[in-house]
Amino acid sequence: MKIEEHQNNNPSKPAQRKASDFKIRSNRLSEFAVQRDYDRCIKCEVCIKQCSFDVHYRDEEDDLIKHRPENCVGCHRCAVMCPTAAISITPNPAQYRAHGSWSGEHVKDINRQAETGGVVLTGSGNDKAAPVYWDRMLINASQVTNPSIDPLREPMELRTYIGAKPASVKVKDGKLASEMPPQIKIQMPILFSAISYGAISYNVQKAIAEAAEELGTLYNTGEGGLHPDFYKYKDNTIVQVASGRFGVHPDYLNAARMVEIKIGQGAKPGIGGHLAGEKVSESVSITRMIPMGTDAISPAPQHDIYSIEDLRMLIFALKEATNYRVPVSVKIAAVHNAAAIASGIVRAGADVVAIDGFRGGTGAAPKAIRDNVGLPIEFALAAVDQRLRDEGIRNQVTLISGGGIRCAADIVKAIALGADAVYIGTAALIAVGCTLCQKCYSGKCNWGIATQNPYLAKRVNSEIAKNRLVNLVQGWSHEIKEMLGGMGINSIESLKGSRSQLRGVGLTSEELDILGIRPAGM
Amino acid sequence: MWRIRAIPEVCIGCGLCRVWCKVEHSDSKNIHKAFKPNAPETISCVELEESGCESFAMQCRQCDEPLCAYGCITGAMTKDPDTGLVTVDKKKCVGCWTCILMCPNGVIKRDERNGRSAIKCDLCKDRGFPSCVEHCPNDALVIEESPMNPLAAHSAPLSGSSRGDENILFSEEVDDDE
Repeated sequence: MKIEEHQNNNPSKPAQRKASDFKIRSNRLSEFAVQRDYDRCIKCEVCIKQCSFDVHYRDEEDDLIKHRPENCVGCHRCAVMCPTAAISITPNPAQYRAHGSWSGEHVKDINRQAETGGVVLTGSGNDKAAPVYWDRMLINASQVTNPSIDPLREPMELRTYIGAKPASVKVKDGKLASEMPPQIKIQMPILFSAISYGAISYNVQKAIAEAAEELGTLYNTGEGGLHPDFYKYKDNTIVQVASGRFGVHPDYLNAARMVEIKIGQGAKPGIGGHLAGEKVSESVSITRMIPMGTDAISPAPQHDIYSIEDLRMLIFALKEATNYRVPVSVKIAAVHNAAAIASGIVRAGADVVAIDGFRGGTGAAPKAIRDNVGLPIEFALAAVDQRLRDEGIRNQVTLISGGGIRCAADIVKAIALGADAVYIGTAALIAVGCTLCQKCYSGKCNWGIATQNPYLAKRVNSEIAKNRLVNLVQGWSHEIKEMLGGMGINSIESLKGSRSQLRGVGLTSEELDILGIRPAGM
Repeated sequence: MWRIRAIPEVCIGCGLCRVWCKVEHSDSKNIHKAFKPNAPETISCVELEESGCESFAMQCRQCDEPLCAYGCITGAMTKDPDTGLVTVDKKKCVGCWTCILMCPNGVIKRDERNGRSAIKCDLCKDRGFPSCVEHCPNDALVIEESPMNPLAAHSAPLSGSSRGDENILFSEEVDDDE
C-alpha cells in the first residue's frame, strides 16, 4: 500500500539500494528545484546533515556541495538552517505541459501509481484550493451607538467551560443548589487537537502537554495511548478511545480530564488509521500496548458501534469506568449528514461533540480521501449548531470545531457560528516548525515532528517548542480579546452562536442560508 | 565564572557552532570572507563530537583546575582569578604543545598560521557573548555562571534566555594581545 516515494539515488550508498530501485524507471519530473548560490555557499555541510532525504552531498572530486533535486520534498529545512542563506527551494521550473484538465499533479500521481500500483499516500491537511469560507465571512464592530471596549483597560473574559449544561439550575442562598454535569474550566476557547504519540515524536507531545498546562487548557493524546511520563499532565489531558483501542486501560481513562471517542477524522472520514511499523519504536509499543515494529492499524469503524444505541453503550461504559467524573466527547468528521449524526450523539449522552472539517491534518491518509471526502468545517458547524438549537438540545453539549483553524479571526468566526471552543493541530505543529511538506507518513520529518527516528526527533527542543506554543496561543488570545472588544462584547460566552456579528461576502444565497448569516451590506 | 555547557539531549549535530566559531576567529569576522577559498585559514575552537544519534559540541570548559595552565612551561596559559577565563598569551607561547597533552578534553589546538602558538576557546571575549552559544539553533549550548568550585561546576543554569543579547559577559573592552 505504501509508496516508496524517495528512491535512493545516492551512488555513495549502494548497499541501501534495492533491486526494484534499478528496475523501476520513473517518468516523473522533480517537484522542486534546489538552487544553490555558489558565491554564498561556504561548504559547511549543514545542509547535508540536516536533510533526511539525501538531497545534498559533497562532490569530493569537484570539492563542491551538490544536490539531487529529485529527492527534495520542499520542507525548507536546509534553506532555513543554511548560515549564509545560499539555498532556495522553488517549484521546479521544468513542469509538465500546461493543461486545463490534466494538471501536473494528476500526471505525477498517475505516474507514481503506474510505477507502484499502490495508493498515493500523503500527510498533513487538504491542500486543494477549495474555498475557505472563513475568508468569506467578515466580523462586525461597534461604532457610536454601542461603545467598543479596550481589552487593555477593561476586563475581558475568554474562560470557557467544557461539558453539558443543564436546561435549568436551582440557586439557593446565592449558591448553586442543583447538581451540575462534569465541567472543565479552560482559560481560552482553544484546545490542542488529537495528535498521537507515534504520529509525532515524544518531544513534540511533551511540548504540547506542557504548553496546555501553562496556558490552562487541554491537549489530546490522540489514539496512541498515554506515555508513562505524561501522566503528570493529567489535569490537562484528553484521552482518546479510537477504533484500534491502543493503550486504553483503566489508568489511562482515569488519568484524563475528558475522554474522547474518536469516530472519524476530518482528513480521512470513513477510514481508519495506519501507523507504519517503522514508527513503532520500543517506547511507542509500550504506550500503544502492541508489539514493537508491528503496524498499528485502526479499523475504519469502531467494531462495537453500528448505531447510536451502540454509541450510547460505549459512552456510558466510559462514564462508568471514570465514575461520571469527566465529560465524554465524541469526535466525528464533518460529513454530509453531520447535523443528524450530531443530534444522535447528543441523545446518546455525549457531553461534547467535536467536529473535524475536511482541512484537518493527518499523519497519513490516502490522498484521494484527504482531498475529496468530507465537508468544510464552516458548513458542518453551522448546520450542527442550528440543528441542535432547533431540537432544543444545544445546551446539552459543548461543540468543539476543528480542522483548518489558521488564526484568531477563524476562532472568532467559529464561535460566532456556534462553536464553544476550537481544536488546533496543524497550527500548533507549524508553531513547532512544520512547513507542511506533507511527508509525515514517511517518518523522515526533517523538522523532528512526525518521526520516531532519534536523530531527527532531537531537532525539537521541547522547551523551545513549548514556549512557541504558549506564545502562539497567548497571541491569539490577545487578538480574540481585541476583536471582542471591537464588537463591544466583554466575554467570549456572549459571542457564542451570535451569527449577527458575521456577514458574508461573495457567497450564494444557499451558502448564506446554511451558514445562517446575512450578506455584507444588509 | 562563566562556562559553556553542552546539552547532548538536544544537540542536533548540525555543526553551526563550528562554522560561527571560525567566523569569530577570522580576521574579517564576516562569514562570506572567512570561508572564501583564498581567505587566510581560520581555526574553530569548538569541535562536534558525534557517535550515532548522540552529539555535542566540545570547547574549553574553563576548568577549575586548569591542567593546561599548570603544564605551561612559559606562563603563556593562565587562568584569570577574577573571571575564571583560561587564556593563552600568544607572545609568550613557544608552541611546545604541553597544554595539548595536558588537556583532558582535547580542546586546545595548534595555531601555526603566524608562528607557533596554542589556540583555544576564549568565550568570544572580543564579542561579548560566545558566538557558538548564540547561533545554536536548538539551545544545545548554554553559558552559565558557576562558582569556581569543582563540586558546584554544574549548578543552576543562567536565568532567562541563554541566547539573548542582554547577557554580555565582558562589558569592558578587553585589550587584544596582538
